[in-house]
Amino acid sequence: MRPPEALGRYDVEAPPGVEPTPPPEVPRSPRAIAWTRRRMSAKRVWATYRKNRLGMIGLGALVFFIAVAVFAPLIASKDGLDPTCTCTGVPLQPPSLHFPFGTDNFGRSVFTLTVWGSRPSLIVGLFATLISVAIGAVIGIFAGYFGGKSEAVLMRLTDWFLVIPFLPLAIVLASILGPSLFVIIVVIGVTSWPSTARIVRAQSLTVKTRPYVERARALGAGHWHLTSRHILPNVGPLIFANTVLLIAIAILSETTLSFLGLGDPLTTSWGTTLSAAFGSGAASAGQWWWLLPPGLAIVFVVLAFTLCGFALDEILNPRLRER
Amino acid sequence: MSVLSVRDLEVTYRTQAGPIPAVRGVSLDIATGEVLGLAGESGCGKSSIVNAILRLVPPGTTVTGEVLLNGENVLTMKPGRLRAVRWTQASVVFQGAMHALNPVQRIGDQLAEAIVIHGQSRQREALVRAGELLDQVGLPPRRLRDYPHELSGGQKQRVMIAMALACSPSLIIADEPTTALDVMVQAQVLSLLNELQHELGLAMLFITHDLSVLVEISGRLAIMYAGKIVEQGPSVSVFEKPAHPYTEALAAAFPAIGDQRFRKAPSGLGGDPPQPDAVPTGCSFHPRCPYAFDACASTVPDLYASGEGRRSACLLVPKGELIAR
Amino acid sequence: MRGYLIGKIAQAFLTLLFVLVFNFFLFRVMPGDPAAILLRGSAAFNPESLAAVREDLGLDQPLPEQFVTYLGDALTFNWGDSFFQSGQPVSEVISGTIWPTILLVGTATLASAAIGLLIGIYGGWKRGSRFDIGSLSFTLFVWAMPEFWFGILVLMAFSGGVGPFPAIFPSGGYETAASDLTGLSHVVDVLNHMVLPFFVLTVAYLGEYALIMRNSLLDVVGDDFIQTARAKGVREKQILWRHAVPNALLPTMTVVFLSIGFIFSGAITIEYVFSWPGLGWLTVQAIEHKDYPLLQALFLVFSVAVIVANLIADILYTYLDPRVRAA
Repeated sequence: MRPPEALGRYDVEAPPGVEPTPPPEVPRSPRAIAWTRRRMSAKRVWATYRKNRLGMIGLGALVFFIAVAVFAPLIASKDGLDPTCTCTGVPLQPPSLHFPFGTDNFGRSVFTLTVWGSRPSLIVGLFATLISVAIGAVIGIFAGYFGGKSEAVLMRLTDWFLVIPFLPLAIVLASILGPSLFVIIVVIGVTSWPSTARIVRAQSLTVKTRPYVERARALGAGHWHLTSRHILPNVGPLIFANTVLLIAIAILSETTLSFLGLGDPLTTSWGTTLSAAFGSGAASAGQWWWLLPPGLAIVFVVLAFTLCGFALDEILNPRLRER
Repeated sequence: MSVLSVRDLEVTYRTQAGPIPAVRGVSLDIATGEVLGLAGESGCGKSSIVNAILRLVPPGTTVTGEVLLNGENVLTMKPGRLRAVRWTQASVVFQGAMHALNPVQRIGDQLAEAIVIHGQSRQREALVRAGELLDQVGLPPRRLRDYPHELSGGQKQRVMIAMALACSPSLIIADEPTTALDVMVQAQVLSLLNELQHELGLAMLFITHDLSVLVEISGRLAIMYAGKIVEQGPSVSVFEKPAHPYTEALAAAFPAIGDQRFRKAPSGLGGDPPQPDAVPTGCSFHPRCPYAFDACASTVPDLYASGEGRRSACLLVPKGELIAR
Repeated sequence: MRGYLIGKIAQAFLTLLFVLVFNFFLFRVMPGDPAAILLRGSAAFNPESLAAVREDLGLDQPLPEQFVTYLGDALTFNWGDSFFQSGQPVSEVISGTIWPTILLVGTATLASAAIGLLIGIYGGWKRGSRFDIGSLSFTLFVWAMPEFWFGILVLMAFSGGVGPFPAIFPSGGYETAASDLTGLSHVVDVLNHMVLPFFVLTVAYLGEYALIMRNSLLDVVGDDFIQTARAKGVREKQILWRHAVPNALLPTMTVVFLSIGFIFSGAITIEYVFSWPGLGWLTVQAIEHKDYPLLQALFLVFSVAVIVANLIADILYTYLDPRVRAA
């Protein structure tokens, strides 16, 4: 008897003299099957995504900015951030051949500041969102899966965070905890989880009642197995699109907090550059070369994440109506 | 004197997936005071015909052919003339009345609007007339001040009927007016429509997927399938002795209790109606037809004469072999 | 309906309570001496002040008692003394700066909502048109832009004067310094100073209003009663204004009020950029001086403003929607 996987034409005896072709590569374990399925659907998602022109533009810009951040040392020397560097030029000069974005009040190249400023912004965006999504997912699953009193309490908490205005809350937290990049990451992460929690909870509620989950439970599956093997994978695609948009918002939040002086004064981010520029009166002095590049960089990075997020949202989330 | 005369009507929607032909050549006539029933399953194109008659199709939709309303071609009217003709010569009783009424406007105002915009009265007199219309459909005039959500499904349907009568049109198009209602309410609304039609001598185009309803209310009926009319003729004879396999299947799907013909279990027909963009070659019904033969897949049947005032688009007709019951 | 309203008001109070609880525990759960945290980095970091603050906070009392005292203080506007305003009560400092914010945020919200809603209506009605696509792109771009950066650019252009832009507006403040204007000329002076921040705040948020209104209108346009109106022979313009917009406006109104919270937050940075002496500008001053009592009180005030706005939104919806009114 042949093993169950190799069914089909191989039930028939091969005619004499002909080598039977080997059976196709069939995965044996359920986990391997699940991963094959996930790979196939990821391929499908990518194929659909490629057709979305705005999404591709966003993705392109994203790759560009990430490359700038990663390869910053190759693009502009880090010494350029040091005000005492001999590579600095005449302070507050408009763009020139040597300094394509002009210089700041220390004579540093604004180009260098902008290139290196990408790192903190992207780092904060990424990590703050990771924390936010992790908290949101855990809370959402607890609320949706376990229900009852914990759901009521957690949903109250979620509503509270949604109502309270973000910036005043972040300001109070950040000013007490002190000025550092880490604090900003934590503050943004700890205040922006509600949107994820809501989505996860709603999805947990629907998945919880699906037949295969009930079957698994009847077979004796425990909570951990159900959440990690059934609920999480189903929730994943839905929160992915939301996560990308959260990164965009996190970057904007970091910029604002840094601009208000709550960021690490020793880090060069787009927000701190703008804060320094404004603080030294660049606006009234008309020093546009100092003010435009960091701001434009923020706009384009945020747009990049937003366009990707919208494109993913269209593909991954069931739409009730076309807009 | 023909109130409505449709010739070779074709309606093609424009979608992201390409053009979709919903109506592929339909012709029909309705004389003054006559009721024509139009039956068919979902997606056969019935509602598209309703929208096309008063040019209510979405922008970008292609509508060709002729739609003569009291002699004038609706499809070539100027916008001003079209707006004037709408409701005054032909009005529509929409399906379900679920969202067909403005949720934030009182019933009386919605009724009066139809009267006022056609310059027939001012607001105050229009409201009086609205009260009379409600009375005609069996609703108390105090309902004028209600909002749609305060009415039941049947009451909302009556309001839609009252609204359709507001400008005394010569033709009423009833688009599945009983579909979303409970059976008891269905009967009430049907008998109301019947009464009004006789009283006022209205011409009516009654559209439904329930064939048995049509037999009660319409003198003639037409059966639609895949965007075309496949059978037409006097209601009773079409229902009792169908000349097209599809009509036979439709009639068998709605058994009448106590009727000897339905002693056996009602038979459903396998398969689904074709998607408008994937219509089979030849006779569009042949994949599901129990009487299909070789010519059916390649020849598109015309509407052959199949009896006294009857036509059927089935190749068995010119062969002289009407389907047996 | 009355039950529904009472429920909403109760919820609002509950949220307010959360804010107070949050403020209460903020210093008490931080590692270390709350008094030390409070006075950290300030000139008053000495044993006497520390002891005074500790007594002020009632740290020697049991926690429940502390909380009750705190609640009582908070609700009677007894918010402690400001640090950098040399001991002036926080409530006084705040009440002295609240009017400019009300003036700026109030007018900007009205203008932003009015213009935004109109753009949303027109864009949604003529969906896919050049106007629609243009306004959507504009909305997206403005959303991605930090509003304070836009403010800085506007300040640079119209106050500093760069390139072709005329330097016709003052560089900040509420009124011309050391001036003695009264009556009409004072009003004009204030308005002159308000033009730029008002413009920036209005533009920064009208995109969001436009988007909300557009989506709401698109939802409504697909409904059957629009088709009924068209079949009746109603003109397109009347269909838009008499049938579509009233239905689309209902859910939009609630969201408009709910987004007031964001405008308040945006005002913080804008007031700072234009030195407009309101609550936002005060917040930034408090950050610079680590004036924690002031910061906490400001957080409370901002939260209350948003909670009240949300409550108004709920009440408004209840009265405007005939379906809810009857319930």
